[in-house]
Amino acid sequence: MSLRAKLTPWGFMAPYLILFAVFVIAPIVLGLWMSLHNWDQFLPDKPYVGLDNYGALFDGDGATSAPFWRAMRATAIFTVLSVPLLVALPLAVAVLLNRRFRGRNLFRAMFFAPYVLGVAVVGVLWRLLLDPNIGAVNYLLGLVGLPDDTAWTTATPWAWVSLVGMTVWWTLGFNAIIYLAGLQDIPRERYEAAELEGAGRWQQFRYVTVPGLRPVLFFVITVTILASANMFGQAYLVTNGAPGQETRTAIMYIAEEGFRNFRLGSAAAMSYVLSLFLMALSALVFFFFRDRDRVGGEAL
Amino acid sequence: MRVTRRSLLASGALTGAGLMLGACGSTTTRDQLVAQGRAAAGQGIGYDGPPVELEFWNGFTGGDGPFMRDLVDRFNREHDNVRVRMNVILWVDYYQKTTSAVASGTGPDVGVMQMDQIGTAAAHRVIVPLDEVADEMGLREQDFTPAVWEASVVGGSRYGIPLDVHPLGMYVNRTLVPEGTPTDRRQFLDALARLKDEGVAGAWMSPFLFTGSLLFQTLLYQFGGELYTEGAERAAWDSEAGVEALSFMVDLVRRGYSIRDVGQDADNLAFKNGENAFFFSGCWSINDFGATPELKWSSEVMPTIGDRPAVWANSHNFVLMRQAGGDEDRLRAAATFIDFISRHSATWAEAGMVPARTAERRSPVVRKIEPLRPFVEELPDVRFPPTVAGISEVRTNSLDPAVNVAVLLKEDPRQALRDAAKRANALLESNRQKYAGVVA
Repeated sequence: MSLRAKLTPWGFMAPYLILFAVFVIAPIVLGLWMSLHNWDQFLPDKPYVGLDNYGALFDGDGATSAPFWRAMRATAIFTVLSVPLLVALPLAVAVLLNRRFRGRNLFRAMFFAPYVLGVAVVGVLWRLLLDPNIGAVNYLLGLVGLPDDTAWTTATPWAWVSLVGMTVWWTLGFNAIIYLAGLQDIPRERYEAAELEGAGRWQQFRYVTVPGLRPVLFFVITVTILASANMFGQAYLVTNGAPGQETRTAIMYIAEEGFRNFRLGSAAAMSYVLSLFLMALSALVFFFFRDRDRVGGEAL
Repeated sequence: MRVTRRSLLASGALTGAGLMLGACGSTTTRDQLVAQGRAAAGQGIGYDGPPVELEFWNGFTGGDGPFMRDLVDRFNREHDNVRVRMNVILWVDYYQKTTSAVASGTGPDVGVMQMDQIGTAAAHRVIVPLDEVADEMGLREQDFTPAVWEASVVGGSRYGIPLDVHPLGMYVNRTLVPEGTPTDRRQFLDALARLKDEGVAGAWMSPFLFTGSLLFQTLLYQFGGELYTEGAERAAWDSEAGVEALSFMVDLVRRGYSIRDVGQDADNLAFKNGENAFFFSGCWSINDFGATPELKWSSEVMPTIGDRPAVWANSHNFVLMRQAGGDEDRLRAAATFIDFISRHSATWAEAGMVPARTAERRSPVVRKIEPLRPFVEELPDVRFPPTVAGISEVRTNSLDPAVNVAVLLKEDPRQALRDAAKRANALLESNRQKYAGVVA
């Protein structure tokens, strides 16, 4: 009985544990192993190089360090620019869509619609729209008397504006839906109580809605940071990293290094450095929310 | 971004697969590969064994695909015991997919590779030496256009049977330039000056590989420069010739002969829209322009901007993929297929490619395709990329971004080329260590 009792939970967890072990634990361990070798999966020799692959990332004269840190910088820029927008705008949209009005479902569908498109469709679409010389965006800007020669895809900072803008357009609906679900979970009585206390619209939002959304907010911020830090398709298709390699993100460079240059060892080392950054960032977000928790008394 | 995560998972899975497969792939020795090539050749090309089905993978996703499919259909009609199935994959994914597939024993039998990818594939033991197959096909250097035959030899072994040559050339929008074709620097600049007076930026300089980086390589050769030193040991584009070549492109932008900040493929679209007069592209654009309604255009020989004629070119080569089981029937059937297509490659010219075999190139079918004529005329001056393992990725990570920042007027040409050469040399050195001793 006692043995059975001990085994039962493992039995229930087994299906997931197997998947977890095969697709998460094993790649993590293998990746670490690979990063210690000069690893080309199609060559018979995969010489052990110790920490050389990591060292090369911090050696200014190495073949990988300058492009890697430039790619990390690109990822950082994109994350810093896109996360605040992708956290705030969908919240505003969700609050609006949570009110009762005619055609509400139509608007909900409209905001969510771009999200169902694949990155290839979105990328090619915006590349054509944003083309500096023959794109529709500059043409329309010209019609209303605004500058029509902005290099949306070939010069910074405009390339960042384009990449962030199209990403917001594309994925705003997803975060909005999450917020919407969260909003519907906030009990109506709290708003009624707040109203009785004489709270205005803004005060209701500030003291009822935001605290009520805290667990959802935590989820949205974490997921959005990770998603933005993993940006690949947009830059790959719209700017192709241009100008130079300024908009080539870390994931783009890692994929190129591993699968086109056949340097999986070096690519694995880069992945670990990127992962460390992301883990630190996630921990920061977690602690930020935990501390606020103690003060606010709202359960996560 | 949802797709990003999915593609990450996919690449993780690929990595895992690659690991396991890499283990099996590593056991293939060079002798086994040579033996497969020998088996494919046999005592003369031909196959009369039991029925086999062959997989043929290529990257002909554009207007060229249907023409290759026609050739395959014709082969299937004329051979009862061999059935070839053609599978088309985007070139950007082609090389990593075929390499993984061959390593896992699920690869195709026959493939097509661009010249600068053959060295890498040979090093990865993906493709089989074809010296015996070429002998049995009765092919000799003089049967081919100059340089293309020797270019698919890596480490003393032949790995490719050249199918075509596709050089860069100049397309002229005949609405903007009704008459005359510039053939040298002065005429070209005069034509651009006239166009500028009419308010047209006549030659859009692309900052991307297609076709800015291809144009840069062409000009580099024309000014007497080289991409790499002998044997591709070091980058050589940071020479005076390189600086002159890149400065010429940059000056076109500065003088308003090209628009600034040309986007990907915008030079091509603008040519079709009648906004760009001179477009430098390969012969592969012929069918695209031919199918564009109301576009008046002609293809011309690349003008000589530097002090000698020279033009960038690449070549599609047939390759025989390593067989997991070393099945002799399949190898012999595959060689038969390659031989057939090669002997009938005149049809391939309709896809907008110059057949590599001299006899095929001179056939009436090819002569009839008027827009292809300038590209045929360029053949004595074509320059191919080197076939050293990993060479194409070196360029992608060094020279291409340098051309990009210079044409976008973000960096001085000399400095950009010098920095790129430094990075390329580091990559070449690490490739030398990695591939040392792999290609015999």
